[in-house]
Amino acid sequence: MLLKSTAFKWIGFLIAVVVMVLAMCASIIFGYTDTSWHTAVDAFTNNNGSNEHIIIQTVRLPRALIASAVGASLAIAGVLMQTLTKNPLASPGIFGINAGGGFAVVVAMTVFSVNSLQAFSVLAFIGAAVAAISVYAFGSFGREGLTPMKLTLAGAAMSAMFASFTQGLLVLDEVMLDQVLFWLAGSVQGRKLETLVSVLPYIGIGWLGAMFIAGKMNILSMGEDVAKGLGLNTGLLKIAIGIIVILLAGGSVAVAGPIGFVGIVVPHITRSIVGIDHRWVIPFSGVLGAILLIAADIAARYMFMPSEVPVGVMTAIIGTPFFIYIARKGFNGR
Amino acid sequence: MSKYKNFRLFNGKLSFLMDRKAAITFTILLVVAFLVFVVSTGSGEMKINPLTVVSVLFGGGPEMEKLIITSFRLPRIIVALMVGISLAVAGGILQGMIRNPLASPDVLGITGGAAAAVVSFLAMFSDKNHSLTVSIAWLPLAAFIGATVIGFLVYFLAWKNGVSPVRLVLIGIGISALMQAITTLTMVMGPIYQASQANIWITGTVYGSNWKNVAILVPWTVIFVIIALALARTINIQELGDEVATGLGGKVQKQRFLLLMISTALIGGSVAFAGGIGFVGLMAPHMARRLVGSSFGALLPASALIGGILVMVADLIGRTLFSPLEVPAGVFTAGIGAPYFIYLLFKTRNS
Repeated sequence: MLLKSTAFKWIGFLIAVVVMVLAMCASIIFGYTDTSWHTAVDAFTNNNGSNEHIIIQTVRLPRALIASAVGASLAIAGVLMQTLTKNPLASPGIFGINAGGGFAVVVAMTVFSVNSLQAFSVLAFIGAAVAAISVYAFGSFGREGLTPMKLTLAGAAMSAMFASFTQGLLVLDEVMLDQVLFWLAGSVQGRKLETLVSVLPYIGIGWLGAMFIAGKMNILSMGEDVAKGLGLNTGLLKIAIGIIVILLAGGSVAVAGPIGFVGIVVPHITRSIVGIDHRWVIPFSGVLGAILLIAADIAARYMFMPSEVPVGVMTAIIGTPFFIYIARKGFNGR
Repeated sequence: MSKYKNFRLFNGKLSFLMDRKAAITFTILLVVAFLVFVVSTGSGEMKINPLTVVSVLFGGGPEMEKLIITSFRLPRIIVALMVGISLAVAGGILQGMIRNPLASPDVLGITGGAAAAVVSFLAMFSDKNHSLTVSIAWLPLAAFIGATVIGFLVYFLAWKNGVSPVRLVLIGIGISALMQAITTLTMVMGPIYQASQANIWITGTVYGSNWKNVAILVPWTVIFVIIALALARTINIQELGDEVATGLGGKVQKQRFLLLMISTALIGGSVAFAGGIGFVGLMAPHMARRLVGSSFGALLPASALIGGILVMVADLIGRTLFSPLEVPAGVFTAGIGAPYFIYLLFKTRNS
């Protein structure tokens, strides 16, 4: 269902935004403590301090907002990475960025006993950045330069390494394991609004930056030689893309832990709806990513009621079949 | 003196060439492996003289040392050796088959499948007090089944008019992500005691191995390593690429399936007893290739020994360096393996 004309794209975008808002409302209302539309509205206009009102204000609302921000960031990061690396399977999860961020946070908690939110997000950024840069650098070594295959392998190996170190640290510190485990699985549950607020500047810059370079990315996607011939400073653009990816993926890891597959699935769906123009793909991916993560989060609440499944597990269950489908289709499609 | 020595046995019914250089390297590795074995047996809370260790190994020695060595240290070190051998041989096969120097059991998701199986096993057979309702001896079987099922699944999903190496790797990566999700899910849902138990196991350790494990693992490893050695020449042909291999009369797909199953069996066996000790399957074949060249007849035995040495050393460091704390061997193999991986990528740049 490719939307061809600009008018249709605008309509499609508005519909997507409406669906996103509805999904957020649903996320606020449904859950273990059943509430209704009225209670939700009352909680903000006419708060009487009842249990339901408190839950909505302090638990459900932050959760919905965080899920949408993280989903949007991961999806946009996925779009940028897929264009940059010409690899349809590129995403923060596969490239070891999530694992790098996770490792940094676990090191901070176990070795340096860091506990402040601010420090967490900074460290997650650093871990994500180190992982992203090293995977990209390692993937570009060799005669043929940057090939999708090498990049994917480098990412998988770096993920394995970080995961192994993380586990090693946790083996030595069993008390920490319990605290960290849920975070490591990727979850938007129980996060305070302040966590989101502390990283919002970074991911906000990431969103705007992504929109700003969207047009230039169209040129880059025609191939490096063509882009250079058209007068584009590809080196600078690549660095800009790298920084934005780190801002978005690092910010997401800092808030919600490593959540995989959103960055792979959403860009592909988006491209099948609006085509390959990045000026449309990026905002659409953002909205669809938010919808996907909110929906996955709602499903995670109901799967094993009353206990919750980490949303990172849900996205993996949804995403793996999709990943395999793309892998089987091969790299030649694009 | 020629580079190769010719062997003809049983009136020429069995004949093979032996690379002189490889034979010498192999002998040296054998000696190193034995030395590490003895030193590792002698080190620990109670230091034992290497000479005493050797005499205990040959049936003599004082009672006290004999007890410590035979009942505590030996099974553990033999398991480490076997695990190293299995992982290295499996890694060597996979690298030859996939024609990619960076392929390893961890990347293909086989280790992940075994881990998911173990965690699910712990969760499924625990009662309300978090104690197991069935014997822990079934744990290795669960790991093996997990590894095999995932091996088949990855192979099956990668099938599309035959299995291409690239697809095999990509599907493997996807499946390992899914397995990790399942592992985490089970750990998050389960009680903390179980989570930490599972976590230690996933990181990879030979802690708590006993003679029963040895009795199962040794024949298992030996049988499959021998089969792998017998098939070594088909890997040589596979490395030339599908077209050439088919042209040379190799049944490419059939052999690929057989090789994958052998490596799955080896990985399953080792993961069952020692958990996810990573990067050995990646490192050992590369080191061996530097030493004896890339013909698999020489490569597999050499990488087997190197793998054994690596895991024994990792275990030795793990239990002595932070004594009395035990650091799982898997942390150290990852610690050596990751820089090695980086070095490998650098090297492919310069070649």
